[in-house]
Amino acid sequence: MAPLLELTDVAARYGPVQALYGVTLTVGEGEIVAVLGANGAGKTTMLRAISGTVDRDGAVTFRGKALPSIPDAVAHLGIAHVPEGRGTFAELSVWENLRLGAYTRRGALKDDFARVQQYFPWIERRRSQQAGTLSGGEQQMLALARAFMQRPRLLLLDEPSLGLAPILVSEVFRIVRELNEQEGVSVLVVEQNAHIALQVAENAYVLEVGRVALSGPAADLQRHESVRKSYLGY
Amino acid sequence: MVELARRLPTRTRALRVGPVFLFLAASCVFLLIGSLESTVFAQQTVSGVALGAVYGSLALALVLIYRATEVINFAQGEMAMATTYVAYQLMLWGLSYWEAFFITLAVAFAFGGVVQLVFIRPVQHKSVIAVVIVTVGLFILIDGLVAWKWGADLKFMPAPFGNHVYKVGGVAVSRQDLGTIAITLVSVALLWALFRFTKLGLGMRAAALRPASAALVGVRVERMLAIGWGLAAVLGAVAGLMTEPAVFVLQPTLMQPILLYGFAAAVLGGLDSPVGAVVGGVAIGVFLNLVGQYVHFVTSEVRLPVAFAVLLFVLLIKPTGLFGRRRLRKV
Repeated sequence: MAPLLELTDVAARYGPVQALYGVTLTVGEGEIVAVLGANGAGKTTMLRAISGTVDRDGAVTFRGKALPSIPDAVAHLGIAHVPEGRGTFAELSVWENLRLGAYTRRGALKDDFARVQQYFPWIERRRSQQAGTLSGGEQQMLALARAFMQRPRLLLLDEPSLGLAPILVSEVFRIVRELNEQEGVSVLVVEQNAHIALQVAENAYVLEVGRVALSGPAADLQRHESVRKSYLGY
Repeated sequence: MVELARRLPTRTRALRVGPVFLFLAASCVFLLIGSLESTVFAQQTVSGVALGAVYGSLALALVLIYRATEVINFAQGEMAMATTYVAYQLMLWGLSYWEAFFITLAVAFAFGGVVQLVFIRPVQHKSVIAVVIVTVGLFILIDGLVAWKWGADLKFMPAPFGNHVYKVGGVAVSRQDLGTIAITLVSVALLWALFRFTKLGLGMRAAALRPASAALVGVRVERMLAIGWGLAAVLGAVAGLMTEPAVFVLQPTLMQPILLYGFAAAVLGGLDSPVGAVVGGVAIGVFLNLVGQYVHFVTSEVRLPVAFAVLLFVLLIKPTGLFGRRRLRKV
């Protein structure tokens, strides 16, 4: 069976600056894939190339079909991208943010709100609060909840641990894993926190200056010497 | 305790509107007492509200576009004027006023959308100044096209509400004024409900606030912008159709003074606040009417400079306008 998402030799640039040189990567159905790398390695650009928020070369297929490079079309096909900065609509209420998450869908959302509250019990109390006034951790949770409302096949997460206290980082990844196991959402997560990313993921890639330097099962990468030295710090 | 601390940001936000709210409440009390004391004052107040409602709807059109495109649409008034000519033409063809009214609103919606699609979209991502120049160009283009098609001479349209005058406790209130106030209120309320309660409205707000994030959740941002321009043109058309009976004649310069007052109203309200635009419009309408009545050196020739002097004064005290907010964001 063809993988859910397949990148073949994908390159991307910002004006004259090349950020990604021919990245090849696959995400299987129901899989969590982590992409590690330092700042400027091209992790964010890779996600943006998938969702069409940056122009790209090379082939991206999703469920066996070429993926258009238009963000709203990508969302309609079932990919939820939680971008750098979390994509929160800070001026809108928590509830409106969730409603926007379900923008691509038709029909009743009552069940979905109920399910969101199972994962994030605090949301009901804050539904009319302005999203910009939530704490960083809450905003990250809201971003996940918003993505959940979309009922995506694939979730693209850009550094979900950024700026969060360690306890919140594990909370975020616990929920990511739950979404994966219980809702069958495949996940492509870009992370600097290699520790936690390699624990949660099945497969992982290491990006270095816009190229795939290493790839393989997460457990193997965890033992790999250069990964240990550069990203795990022991 | 933690709960309380987390709620604080929303509380302080509400507090910031405090003085403005008090000021407006005091103004309302002043107008009410004045109206009870003097019939002339009451008459001037009511017709000021009607006048201000028109300024307010044009201001609201400007605010809608400002929020979505971050420019002032200098062609807003001329677009409104052109759609008023459409209504005039429809009535020449034998339609009744209200048939023409609603068809004109539909035409205006399509017109606004097409303007965004054809003229604004190609330059939108270039620079703000490019868009502004395009809107100024549209101003001249529409002005020229209308004069070419219909001529620059005065035209006359039937009055939508007739010339009936009601006497309420000695105060003469024209049906025209009441009708203008009612139509404006209804259109503003419908627009508010659209933005507040519908999925389309939420998508439009999201597209205006954060286009990149909106696209990622599947909002078709460009389409939302075109719809926004369409709705703004509808509001403009309402303003145009309500201005014509107030000034009795239709000519290509119909909306030029209204655009200036509308601009003043939008800035007074805070430029990105829909509520502010309407309140600003009504405030300017009432203020100018009362000042015109009671301050003798303020003749109709100096109304506009006086309006802008007051505007300047308000902005010196509160640079963000009455309801404008500096955008604060927690990082």
